[in-house]
Amino acid sequence: MTETHITQTGIVKVPTGIEGFDEITGGGLPQGRPALVVGGAGSGKTLFAMEFLVRGALAYNEPGVFVAFEETTEELAQNVASLNFDLKGLDAEGRIIIDHLRIERSEIEETGEYDLEGLFIRIGLAIDSIGAKRVVLDTIEALFSGLSNEMILRSELRRLFRWLKDKGVTAIITAEQGNGKFTRHGLEEYVSDAVIFLDHRIENQLSTRRVRVVKYRGSTHGTNEYPFLIGKNGFEVLPITSLGLKHAASTERISTGVARLDTMLGGHGPYRGSTILISGTAGSGKTSLAAHFASAACQRGEKCIYFAFEESESQIIRNMRSIGIDLEPWSKSGLLRFEALRPAQYGLEMHLARMHQMIREFEPQVMVLDPITDLMAIGSQTDVKAMLVRVIDFLKSRQITAFFTSLTSGGAALEQSEIGVSSLIDTWLLVREVEMNGERTRGLYILKSRGMAHSNQIREFLLTDHGVELIDVYLGANGALMGSARLAQEASLAAEDEARRQAVERRGAALEHKRKLIEAQVAALQAELASEETEFQKAIEYEKHSDRRAQQDRSAIARMRQAEELSLSKKG
Amino acid sequence: MPKTVKKTTTEEFEEALRQTRQENYVLRLYVTGLTPRSSRAIENIRTICEEHLKGRYELEIIDIYQHPNLAQGEQIIAAPTLIKKLPLPLRRLVGDLSNEERVLLGLDLRPKAKTQ
Repeated sequence: MTETHITQTGIVKVPTGIEGFDEITGGGLPQGRPALVVGGAGSGKTLFAMEFLVRGALAYNEPGVFVAFEETTEELAQNVASLNFDLKGLDAEGRIIIDHLRIERSEIEETGEYDLEGLFIRIGLAIDSIGAKRVVLDTIEALFSGLSNEMILRSELRRLFRWLKDKGVTAIITAEQGNGKFTRHGLEEYVSDAVIFLDHRIENQLSTRRVRVVKYRGSTHGTNEYPFLIGKNGFEVLPITSLGLKHAASTERISTGVARLDTMLGGHGPYRGSTILISGTAGSGKTSLAAHFASAACQRGEKCIYFAFEESESQIIRNMRSIGIDLEPWSKSGLLRFEALRPAQYGLEMHLARMHQMIREFEPQVMVLDPITDLMAIGSQTDVKAMLVRVIDFLKSRQITAFFTSLTSGGAALEQSEIGVSSLIDTWLLVREVEMNGERTRGLYILKSRGMAHSNQIREFLLTDHGVELIDVYLGANGALMGSARLAQEASLAAEDEARRQAVERRGAALEHKRKLIEAQVAALQAELASEETEFQKAIEYEKHSDRRAQQDRSAIARMRQAEELSLSKKG
Repeated sequence: MPKTVKKTTTEEFEEALRQTRQENYVLRLYVTGLTPRSSRAIENIRTICEEHLKGRYELEIIDIYQHPNLAQGEQIIAAPTLIKKLPLPLRRLVGDLSNEERVLLGLDLRPKAKTQ
């Protein structure tokens, strides 16, 4: 039956039900075949195998048999009770059988040839009694400590795995990690369809659990190491390295919460799904800007998750209230979630894993990470960068806008982000402390902002009781003027303006005066002209009148002197 | 003083050994059907019992194919397995019992005792 699965169409896979694991294996474990789960002490082998059975029984209706060589039924039930696995209940319902096999070296004397038929019968009985589809052997290596004839054991194990295949059950064989060899007893020689490696390593005193699919015959699989968590819901593998640069870019713009900053960023703020970094020295107002950003998101009705590595939730809320940003209502209404913890609490992978878990759970639109530089304490620059790449890829794939803050330590070049992540960032803001005339002021400018025409101006960055304000600076002989120098400059400019205004006013008044004067003169002249004209008219009238009189007089005289009329008229 | 103690322990040991030799043996042989190995094991244990435990042993032969539940109760992994239920301590003799020396060792019937 199992042979028919090995066809050109590929092998059939059985979902393990373990979160994330089925993703990295493209569907789970190979159906009807044994898979080897290898790991050191405490790496979670037994738990992995147990979850495989329990999920199988609960979610896929596949009964399972757990053959325990090391722990008793009672011990196992207790161990997994913390994960809410009710083994006793499942046992009573006939969905899972837990069979403890005791091998006591001191009781055993080998007297000749033998086989492991007893084991076969026992497993066979268990499988048949509940129609099991899944089998776990944990860990069969115990046989090597109980029986000394390796030759027989090896040939019997080969037969056992063959037999399991013939039974058509999907099996997990756990094995201890070996010294030099892959497993202590070389079991990988016999179980070679799928080999899964669980690792639990300590770096910088911090432990990280990782899982890797070493081998998966007949199937493609992720070959990377994936961190996993053992949480209250059992195993959780995070398939985070499988992300590519395939995210869609949004054209939607969102507000940073500071109107003036939005204006600087091409007039509308950053793109949704972009990554914003603000770097600056201690006390430069990074967190305040982050709070603006978070608050603006909540005002839009979006969910925001705030990872704080330096301050507790109540401390942030208190401090932000002092600059007029009240985050508490958002926190209470559930739109804003704080995750405040010290970076040293977990390893990098674990932080990453937790972020993934929370983001998946909370599904925010906006995320704040304050500050990323704190992660440097728990990993090398390369590691932290690699982690941030994963975070950013993950966020972008979900269209989550991210706001990171980065602390620049004194003396370091400001344009150099501590973790060298600048190439990953879409919008990079820099808050710079400017010391001038015995006063420290803050200047904000945009180092880069992908995909938009952004302002190249430096703005003075003020923390007021109603939040962050960005103000134009004045350019003087010594560069930009900020703070009280700016105020002084503003005052002197205002005085100049006033003086100019007054001068203009004075000139206006003088002009008016002059106009009035001239108008008066014009009126006088016009009056003079008019009187002269009247005079002249009168003269003309008089002239006409006297002329007429003279003629009348002359005619009267001529009539009297008839003779001289002609001569007089000629002369006249 | 130590000398006498030692002597006494040796005597006690010899005494215990004699008693052991007198004790009744309860043996169970688990086999898997009638394979050559099973037959060999049955033959071997019968010979050894007749030779060393004549008249004071009880041997039961169980086919675990027919009684798989018994295999589970007795924690049988390998076959054939001879279980010495009595006298205590419990012992499991794994294999076809062809190595007589080991069988006697496992049954606390040392060859040394035999020669004495």
